[in-house]
Amino acid sequence: MPKLWQVTKLIRSKNAGPFELTFDVIFKDRAGYEHVRDAGIISAEWFAKTYRLKPEVVSVINYDAANAIKITIPRPVVSGDIDDTDVFGGQQHGPLVNLEVP
Amino acid sequence: MKEIRILSATGILGSGFREATLQRAMTLKPDFIGADSGSTDPGPYYLGSGETLFSDSAYKRDLRLMLLAGRAAKVPVIVGSACTAGTDAQVDRLVGIAREIAREEKLTFKLAAIRCEQDKVYLKRKLREGKVTPLANAPVFDEDVIDRSTHIVGMAGIEPFVEALENGADVVIAGRSSDTSIFSAMPMMRGLNPATVWHAAKILECGAACVVERKYPDCMFATIRDDHFIVDPPNPDYRCDPASIASHNLYENSTPYELVEPSGVLNTVAAKYEAISDRAVKVSGSTFKHAQRYTIKLEGAELAGYQSIIIGSVRDPIILRQLDSWLAGLLTAARDRVTAVYGAGIEKKYKLDVRVFGKNATMGALEPETSIGHEVGLLFQVTADTQELATSIVKSVSHIAVHYPVPEWTGLITSIAYPYSPAEIARGASYRFNVNHVVEPATPLEMFRIEYEKV
Repeated sequence: MPKLWQVTKLIRSKNAGPFELTFDVIFKDRAGYEHVRDAGIISAEWFAKTYRLKPEVVSVINYDAANAIKITIPRPVVSGDIDDTDVFGGQQHGPLVNLEVP
Repeated sequence: MKEIRILSATGILGSGFREATLQRAMTLKPDFIGADSGSTDPGPYYLGSGETLFSDSAYKRDLRLMLLAGRAAKVPVIVGSACTAGTDAQVDRLVGIAREIAREEKLTFKLAAIRCEQDKVYLKRKLREGKVTPLANAPVFDEDVIDRSTHIVGMAGIEPFVEALENGADVVIAGRSSDTSIFSAMPMMRGLNPATVWHAAKILECGAACVVERKYPDCMFATIRDDHFIVDPPNPDYRCDPASIASHNLYENSTPYELVEPSGVLNTVAAKYEAISDRAVKVSGSTFKHAQRYTIKLEGAELAGYQSIIIGSVRDPIILRQLDSWLAGLLTAARDRVTAVYGAGIEKKYKLDVRVFGKNATMGALEPETSIGHEVGLLFQVTADTQELATSIVKSVSHIAVHYPVPEWTGLITSIAYPYSPAEIARGASYRFNVNHVVEPATPLEMFRIEYEKV
């Protein structure tokens, strides 16, 4: 079984403003995108479990125009606040990289 | 055919672009040169303190080339979100740099400075009138928050830019502005289709970020017509393709399909991206829905405290195999020592935290990986109301930490490697973003002040 990074050209996280965190999973091709999208492994439930949130606050958007899946969650800590670990939010995507693709 | 040609100098002023690219782009006869100069990405410090992300020298280098090109071609130069956060003082700073450049290069122009900082009395009135609405994941915003804020800025839409351009400004330097307004103002003034304009502006605002492989910051060029726009990178080493342009909608946005602006929402669901050469892309099909009410987004920051930190590392396998309990004991011992020095009650006046690099410094409590390697990095952090108190406390923490024992070793140990003498570093003030709300002004210009000067 391949890992998610092997079928994508970019997996990244980033602030969407200081109060939200967004993840972009951009696939190498349409087939890989459709396979992962339809397998449902990138879901609100998976994010809720991994990032300890309620599934209701997770937004998952399939973006056909770029063969991409976008996920947005509330930031665990507001960017740059005393307990924040990642001001740009750029290194929060680690758990996605080795996700197994069925 | 009505069209407008736009040169975006770079994704953020001060990060740079190639002079040769700018010169090549000028041969394409842009109607104006724009650049965003701000971001909330680097955190609340720049809004809170008024300091800038880049140096004056870096701003000056980029702005000089833009002003020289703009004046030679007699087209406006438009810069938004001056010097990172777009506070009034940051606008003044960039205006000062523009004046210096004008003097050195013997340029003359009419400059419009748009100031975006918000009056606290005005905001309190808007709050009482129910004209302030929270956005996603917003903190509490009340009169106390307004009073505590060191700066609150309103994010300008196109209207102040249009006003400045209609009044004949050759150079516009604005405080906090929506990234897209910088590029939308003139095309909207010329009556082009708002959907095409806002979508093009979203692609342009990050400079060369929308190319297939961005190796370094550079310029971007777009031609906007009524029903479509064409993006064509002026750097011959760069190329765009439909995927790279479509992907840019993902960047720093909570959704690729919607872009919220003061006057409405751009929707890209029906957008079509077509390659028209091996490097240029034609985009059409987006729609724009005008909002019922015109809103201006607020950004504010307040002081969170002063910090002093210690960096160190641990290599001893005996300590590493009990790292969590050793650290917990160390923190308790350090807090006891602080109480012994400063007396009971001190615990409410400071916050002591440790971050463990090599374990979970990036994701904190959310880190699913539990194993650690042959060493870890430690960052002790004390936050207090004054720098003096933060540093005094961290000095006590430092000494407790460096000799904190483990049961297996008998005798005094030195358990942490400190790379510096002194071990502690005063980090200065730390700020906090405290607003994520929109305000309904009576008019789009009400929250902004425009001043003109002949430079």
